Amino acid sequence: MSTTVETATEIRTFDIEFPQEKIDDLRRRIAATRLPSKELVEDRSQGVQLATIQKLARYWTTEYDFSRVEAQLNALPQFTTEIDGVDIHFIHVRSQHEDALPLIMTHGWPGSVIELLETVGPLTDPTAHGGTRDDAFHLVLPSLPGYGFSSEPAELGWDAARTGRAWAELMRRLGYTRYVAQGGDVGALVTDLMGRQAVEGLVGYHLNLLTAVLAIGDHLPKESEEERAAAAAVATFREDGFGYFLEMATRPQTIGYALLDSPVALAAWMLDHDTDSYYKITRAFVDGEPVGNLTRDTIVDNITLYWLTGTAASAARSYWEDARALAAALASGQPPPAVTVPVGFTTFPGEIWASPRSWVEAVYPGLAYFNEVDKGGHFAAWEEPQLFSEEVRAAFKALR
Amino acid sequence: MAVSTSNESTTAVVEGAAIRPFRIEVPQEELDELRRRLQATRWPERETVADQSQGVPLGMIQKLARYWMTDYDWRTVEAQLNALPQFITEIDGLNIHFIHVRSQHEDALPLIVNHGWPGSIIEQLKIIHRLTDPTAHGANAADAFHVVVPSMPGYGFSGKPATTGWGPERMGRAWDELMQRLGYTRYVAQGGDWGAFVVDQMGLQAPEGLLAIHTNMPATVPADVDKASLAGEPPPSGLSAEERRAYEQLLRTYEQVEYARMMASRPQTLYGIADSPVGLAAWLLDHNDADGQPAAAVVAALDRTTSDTGELTRDEVLDNITLYWLTNTGVSASRLYWEYKGGFFNAKGVSIPVAVTVFPGEQYQAPRSWAEQAYSNLIYFNEVDQGGHFAAWEQPELFAREIRAAFTSLREKGRLS
Repeated sequence: MSTTVETATEIRTFDIEFPQEKIDDLRRRIAATRLPSKELVEDRSQGVQLATIQKLARYWTTEYDFSRVEAQLNALPQFTTEIDGVDIHFIHVRSQHEDALPLIMTHGWPGSVIELLETVGPLTDPTAHGGTRDDAFHLVLPSLPGYGFSSEPAELGWDAARTGRAWAELMRRLGYTRYVAQGGDVGALVTDLMGRQAVEGLVGYHLNLLTAVLAIGDHLPKESEEERAAAAAVATFREDGFGYFLEMATRPQTIGYALLDSPVALAAWMLDHDTDSYYKITRAFVDGEPVGNLTRDTIVDNITLYWLTGTAASAARSYWEDARALAAALASGQPPPAVTVPVGFTTFPGEIWASPRSWVEAVYPGLAYFNEVDKGGHFAAWEEPQLFSEEVRAAFKALR
Repeated sequence: MAVSTSNESTTAVVEGAAIRPFRIEVPQEELDELRRRLQATRWPERETVADQSQGVPLGMIQKLARYWMTDYDWRTVEAQLNALPQFITEIDGLNIHFIHVRSQHEDALPLIVNHGWPGSIIEQLKIIHRLTDPTAHGANAADAFHVVVPSMPGYGFSGKPATTGWGPERMGRAWDELMQRLGYTRYVAQGGDWGAFVVDQMGLQAPEGLLAIHTNMPATVPADVDKASLAGEPPPSGLSAEERRAYEQLLRTYEQVEYARMMASRPQTLYGIADSPVGLAAWLLDHNDADGQPAAAVVAALDRTTSDTGELTRDEVLDNITLYWLTNTGVSASRLYWEYKGGFFNAKGVSIPVAVTVFPGEQYQAPRSWAEQAYSNLIYFNEVDQGGHFAAWEQPELFAREIRAAFTSLREKGRLS
């Protein structure tokens, strides 16, 4: 009995190895893709455009180097450990500066640890990336349950709150008794719920998406020009950009069949996220003009990771879990628990809704840090890793 | 050069208006390719629930896929379709495929029947002879119809629109043109699901030849109830028990339309329903009815190998899915949701004669009180006790009886002479 427990809490080193036959099968499937007829419009209003998908598929099978990202990941210290019945995969890079601030940073959907790789240098080794040793972090980048190399929950109840508790256990297991957290997208939800559950050891957090808008957006002020623009962006998202969200939140298994069986279906489903990133990604493939670090290689790295781990359905299921949790929370009529640690927030201009300071303050009354930057979008860490890292440093300065 | 172009375009118009016989002959390699893809399916892990609340369950789709790639025979339905007179004609720049079966009774009433999504002409096959040849099916010669069953643009063997604009309004005008081209100057129209949207639009357009419509998914919801149900608000006060029940059913339906929201906003993103047979099958199966999502009537059919009474069988479900696959129309069919920007079940102000049958498994059971308000010239209203969203497919005998009864008063009035 006790042996089992010890084994479960053990931290095991992890290396990625993509079996060649899986890569061959993937290439074969992409080459055999049967495409639909072309969309009837000249923009993204009917979905991911045929030309974008064709360029991506071509790049994927002809030019893309499958071994590069494998080597890149394996150059970082990776581990797995079982928490609450699920194997959690994570990257853990300790700074050479012993008194660095421990930071757990969580990716989102349709992302993975791939989104965060270029922040590892600036955050753990700031002196080599325009910062000072006082900016250093010990960095933990976990894969969400059901995503990437973490295992897929086989039971119900893995909503973002439970993931947040698992992250606290992970940090405890790594020996970090005082740490901060960061997240965007689903990662923002997990991070915020760590704060609202007041998990042990968490002393502050930084977000780049205001997820509360989905629950209480109607109650946020819409007076200033900025507030009205943000409200309009939320309305557009709910009206026009919500299809993927709703499908995953209600029928993850149904869409899962296509996403597991067709690489091009998976690629399209992942590209069809927000307008800003869609056009940036399209530019990378169709015009050969990537924006920041949203390059063809990193985009295909991320899609390939979903494909080879076969996690599109299990990742979609996290929306189903979170939607149920949100519905239950709203039905309870109780406001979420107050946050007792300092919160920092950065608004990136290309975000689905660029949250004005007034909105962020309405959600976090004691807001400790706020900044609006001039570039970057929903995938801020991925697209602009240097700028993003500077924001994370600034947000936590007061906690050192 | 100019003369030649002019001649060519004249020829093209003549050819377009021409009605050409059509037969289906799917090359064997396409059927082999479908089997190959099914065998190579890469499956997700099982859902984490014991019910259908996360979508089509793995066990259900795997069982269906196994039958699809081993014992299912497309050639059976292909022969069945080819035994019916099928045609193609170009209308409004698009090839329209249709089945056209004339009754042996010359004075039969011409009827155009419009299928829906995720359906096709396959939905209507069992009602055709019941309507054209009533004396062989326990009815009278006076009940006979000449039946026209078109494939909607983007569906089945009709052409795929290459430009925007093919919503139900334009389809309605195309169907009137089709009936005129067939020489039917007085006719009736019938539809469920998208077919119901099309016949409502035809009712609003009220072309000269259209005598009446029958709908099995009537749009009757009063404006205040429509607004409240779409917003998920409490119902307006003063609803009868029957209206209250309909309101609750609308709320349930609006929680089961995420597939429609996806297709209405990003149909092109559904590359998987073009590339993966099981991806397509799951997407088509996940349409709801009053008793479940996927539709309880369709789920029940997956275990029904044959039926003496015409109830839906597993083969018919696969006939329909296979038709979508072989014509690669999953995405083009989805675009219809993108095209339509109007309301769903709201009363639209149709004033020509309308007949309504309420099937218990439909999205909501339209109360007579709403139907009378919505359709100012309601000539027939009946609630039956069997059948659901795919009424013609599920209960063809009952459905045919309803169509006959719906239009009897028109014949009695002698408006057809």
